[in-house]
Amino acid sequence: MRISEFPDAHGHFGQYGGIFVAETLIAALDELRQEYDVARKDPAFMSEFRHELKHYVGRPSPIYHAKRWSEHLGGAQIYLKREDLNHTGAHKINNTIGQALLARRMGKKRVIAETGAGQHGVASATVAARYGMECVVYMGADDVVRQSPNVYRMKLLGATVVPVSSGSKTLKDALNEAMRDWVTNVASTFYILGTAAGPHPYPMLVRDFQSVIGEECLTQMPEMLGRQPDAIIACVGGGSNAIGIFHPYLHEKNVRLIGVEAGGDGVSTGRHAAPLSAGTPGVLHGFRSYLMQDDNGQIAETHSVSAGLDYPGVGPEHAWLKDTGRAEYVAINDDEAMAAFHDLCRFEGIIPALESSHAIAHAVKIAPTMSKDQVLLVNLSGRGDKDINTVAKIAGITL
Amino acid sequence: MSRIQSTFAQLKADNKAALIPFITAGDPDPQLTVAIMHGLAAAGADIIELGVPFSDPMADGPTIQRASERALKHGVGLRDVLTMVAEFRQTNTATPVVLMGYANPIECMGYRDFATAAAQAGVDGVLTVDIPPEESVAEIFSAAGVDTIFLLSPTTPDVRINLVASKASGFVYYVSLKGVTGSANLDLAEVASHIPVIRSRCGLPVGVGFGIRDAVTAAKIAQFADAVVIGSRIVEEIENSPRDSVVANLTQFVTEVRIAMNAVVR
Repeated sequence: MRISEFPDAHGHFGQYGGIFVAETLIAALDELRQEYDVARKDPAFMSEFRHELKHYVGRPSPIYHAKRWSEHLGGAQIYLKREDLNHTGAHKINNTIGQALLARRMGKKRVIAETGAGQHGVASATVAARYGMECVVYMGADDVVRQSPNVYRMKLLGATVVPVSSGSKTLKDALNEAMRDWVTNVASTFYILGTAAGPHPYPMLVRDFQSVIGEECLTQMPEMLGRQPDAIIACVGGGSNAIGIFHPYLHEKNVRLIGVEAGGDGVSTGRHAAPLSAGTPGVLHGFRSYLMQDDNGQIAETHSVSAGLDYPGVGPEHAWLKDTGRAEYVAINDDEAMAAFHDLCRFEGIIPALESSHAIAHAVKIAPTMSKDQVLLVNLSGRGDKDINTVAKIAGITL
Repeated sequence: MSRIQSTFAQLKADNKAALIPFITAGDPDPQLTVAIMHGLAAAGADIIELGVPFSDPMADGPTIQRASERALKHGVGLRDVLTMVAEFRQTNTATPVVLMGYANPIECMGYRDFATAAAQAGVDGVLTVDIPPEESVAEIFSAAGVDTIFLLSPTTPDVRINLVASKASGFVYYVSLKGVTGSANLDLAEVASHIPVIRSRCGLPVGVGFGIRDAVTAAKIAQFADAVVIGSRIVEEIENSPRDSVVANLTQFVTEVRIAMNAVVR
């Protein structure tokens, strides 16, 4: 099997992935897998998906050469894949359109979603409005506070936002609650999972819908530059924007793939959200992958300035790409991400999402060590309008 | 014959259904768990389901989530749970104990190490909510002499019952409603209609659980099921009782259920 052909029929990427859910959900996952198998080969479905991406999302998203910033760093040329310019301001909409079209095909009138930073929640509320579906979004109570603009945005779009106060009150708890809703309302409800994680077939179908990012880059880079980049950098929480840009490049062996996790206060402090950098394999939320956990197998609480990366697990394909060595994974601390956030604002007039700022920060680290004719392609997965309250608070400013 | 097998054989001879209460190990605190287990057995529990606390109990409703949180505040982990079972076994060698929980604590300990340690502690069966038969390592457990209990649900298609049957031992557990533990709206006739098919396909006793909140309902289920599992209602009793009345209140409730179930004509 070629590396790009995974997962296998049971959703395994090597030892990772799989289907680890309660029996009640098995039939629903089977139904979804069968429907997706048919839909992906249905020209009408795929053409509607592409039509929506073009006319509703505004794809293809451009690639932008950040010249002034590259010059400032004094090394490799940095190119940005502008997912921040998508409708709703992040890559998340690529996936929610795909899943909403599947939901409609399956006759489901109610969709649910979990959200961390609120980007996936907004993208889900958006497509629910677009296709006339009821939408309930589960969001950690802490995230509801730190991402309040997105909460209001979801409400404007007609969604119900349910704050989740159990556990650590962040993304993982929102996911638990969404799963509980799904298990209770499985017949009427489609679960729009926001990242390339969860039980099979979600890691595969989210990856497939997000692969439009990397597929565009494969043609855009040669058009702009005459060649592919030397490395691609993307932030990794659950890992959907990263797998979306990495996957079409798996066979481009000369292109380094670098995933950037949230280092929080620093990986050595234990206060971070970097399971690939400092975790061990385990089972959570329906799949096996690297997790942050204690010696008893309890899931550890995570820490990151970025709500969208504040997750103790990571999509199973990333775990596998790490073990096979095809991709490498590093961690960027909160303060490094914040510095990169401000850099991009000042040098390029682009306000990046705090999530994407982690990828940008890694470019800041390695670009100066590279020559001026080398090229880094950074996935700018989202825009930072949602983060201005967080950034202002860190700076001690009340808006 | 395993402890679970001989328990069901005896119940069959007596024409009774098994009563299986669920508690979370370490709830309300680790010092009380073994006393609660002895109290449950004395009040007429045939098998005890002991929940292994987990930080992310996805398939549980708020009641059992809170029980898990109370136990985790005391740092109760899988190894502590095995120690509790071993302590229980010092004076009770008859009542089967089934651990119920999630994959990751076992995954973290290692399936083989866990199977050996569980058998040594006197654990009779393991029900891992988020490990369906496709991902199960039931053969590792059975080699150690530990039964693997599986869930079947109203959404399980007939063909899957055969798959579960190929991996299951001890008994199978029919989830009597869609949803998380502790939910409402139990349709008894609907539940009853599924049991004979499952029993004949699996060749194992069939327990019914989820949504059973009182003696009357338990007695109705006992008419057609081989075992009645009561979880959230028991955990509520623990949650609402002062620490020094927990065992007495549980004993009273379980005795009530036992009497109602014994009166059933099967």
